[in-house]
Amino acid sequence: MSLKRACAIAGVAESRLGVVPDSTVLTLQAEALVAALADAGLEKSDVDGLLVSGAWGRLPGLQIAEYLGIQPSYADSTMVGGASFEFHLGHAAAAIQAGLCKVAVILYGSTQRSRADKYIFQIRNDLGYQYEAPYGLPTPVGSYAMAASRHFAQYGTTSEQLADLAVSTREWAALNPKAYRREPLTREDVLNSGPIATPLNKLDCCLFTDGGGAVVVVSPEIAKTLDKAPVWLLGQGESVSHAQISEMPDLTVTPAAKSGARAFEMAGVTHTDLDLVQIYDSFTITVLLTLESLGFCSPGAGGEFISNGRTGPSGEFPLNTNGGGLSYCHPGQYGIFLIIEAVRQLRGECDARQVADATLALISGTGGVLSSNSTCILGVE
Amino acid sequence: MSDDTLPDPDSEPYWDGAAAGELRYRHCASCETVIFYPRSLCTHCGAPNPDWAVSKGQGTVYAVSVVHRAPPAFKGQSPYAVLLVDLDEGFRMMSRIIDVEPDSVSIGDRVRVIFQDGPDGRPTPYFTPA
Ligand SMILES: [Zn+2]
Repeated sequence: MSLKRACAIAGVAESRLGVVPDSTVLTLQAEALVAALADAGLEKSDVDGLLVSGAWGRLPGLQIAEYLGIQPSYADSTMVGGASFEFHLGHAAAAIQAGLCKVAVILYGSTQRSRADKYIFQIRNDLGYQYEAPYGLPTPVGSYAMAASRHFAQYGTTSEQLADLAVSTREWAALNPKAYRREPLTREDVLNSGPIATPLNKLDCCLFTDGGGAVVVVSPEIAKTLDKAPVWLLGQGESVSHAQISEMPDLTVTPAAKSGARAFEMAGVTHTDLDLVQIYDSFTITVLLTLESLGFCSPGAGGEFISNGRTGPSGEFPLNTNGGGLSYCHPGQYGIFLIIEAVRQLRGECDARQVADATLALISGTGGVLSSNSTCILGVE
Repeated sequence: MSDDTLPDPDSEPYWDGAAAGELRYRHCASCETVIFYPRSLCTHCGAPNPDWAVSKGQGTVYAVSVVHRAPPAFKGQSPYAVLLVDLDEGFRMMSRIIDVEPDSVSIGDRVRVIFQDGPDGRPTPYFTPA
């Protein structure tokens, strides 16, 4: 069974991003929904599937449906951290393929910056966490720092190589008017930004912003009736490995190894066919590990792969072309913005940061502490 | 840090062990899998109620991070080195190294367990150079 061409993405939109004090998680999601439906050329009354994720409120999947005035016949509140939306895309495809819904909307919003929503990584010390909580590892950054330390020791990866990724990502952000941080950044700026948890420095870490997004997913029949060219889901895989870092089997291999292999097989394409890649960048090390796990380079070669501007606007490997979670926005769960950017690139809507002749994109969302991954391959042909 | 839901039924023998100076883990008699943190079933074969066993407390540093920005409950303690330790019996756990400069710890170092009161006053396993 395959999800290849089971659905198409017909509309995408962000809400206002950055610091948005005159909003709630609900208003931001409403804002994104209205804009994404307009982008698709569909009405709210067309929506019969709703896929949401968040750590706000009591029952987000119910609260947002009520607020929007949508009573979906297909509902999914999968919560596997920042990758939830790439999981949602696969789930929406399966539901549409099964005839359970025709127009599914994936939604996210957060006001963590302005209104101190209960953040998904609030400290817990119960259940499995009681074996980690006494030691004071800041979460999630400390867990990613552990993985970086292991990769450094095992393969000789350096802080300079990670810094280069942050610099290249900032160069993309400079081309995106919506990016939160657009001023030039140097390798030395990153290295001197101050240690948070070694070996990660402050500028190895994602932003902490407000923001929301919406993605409209439709059946192939509906896709063919709309004005804008559809962006097809060609392959998807998902995998869950662990919840806490002490339970991760190998700190240098993420669940992207499994989900990526499945997505490539389903799509019937290989790495060199891709025109651009959007990879969850909660931290610089997240990208390095995900690239290796997806097979873009051999284990241990990730440091070399991301260094010296290779992933920037002048490099040969266009990566995180909106400026990523590092420089564009990161409202807690970033994964929905990977989809939004890939769709815009494949439609040729990205102006100064447009990747020429982009027809095939890979997106890879990572959640928790390298805990979950869903990888999707999208194309316009 | 204190939480009156702890210990729980899964963890009570573990924390009782720490109070007695023992690092306890679980072991499946059916398939020989070593289980940590302690669970009520074997994570490999699913057999219920694995045996309890006591570690010799000797291990090797698998990963380490020196924390400079501590969570609020640990303010004032930084910098300190949090570890993932591979115990010789074949399980991995998080801990912290004490009695040594945090920056002096490296992956591959040999360490041994010692018990001290943790942030909630409960005897808790820490590590020190072997
Ligand atoms: Zn067993």
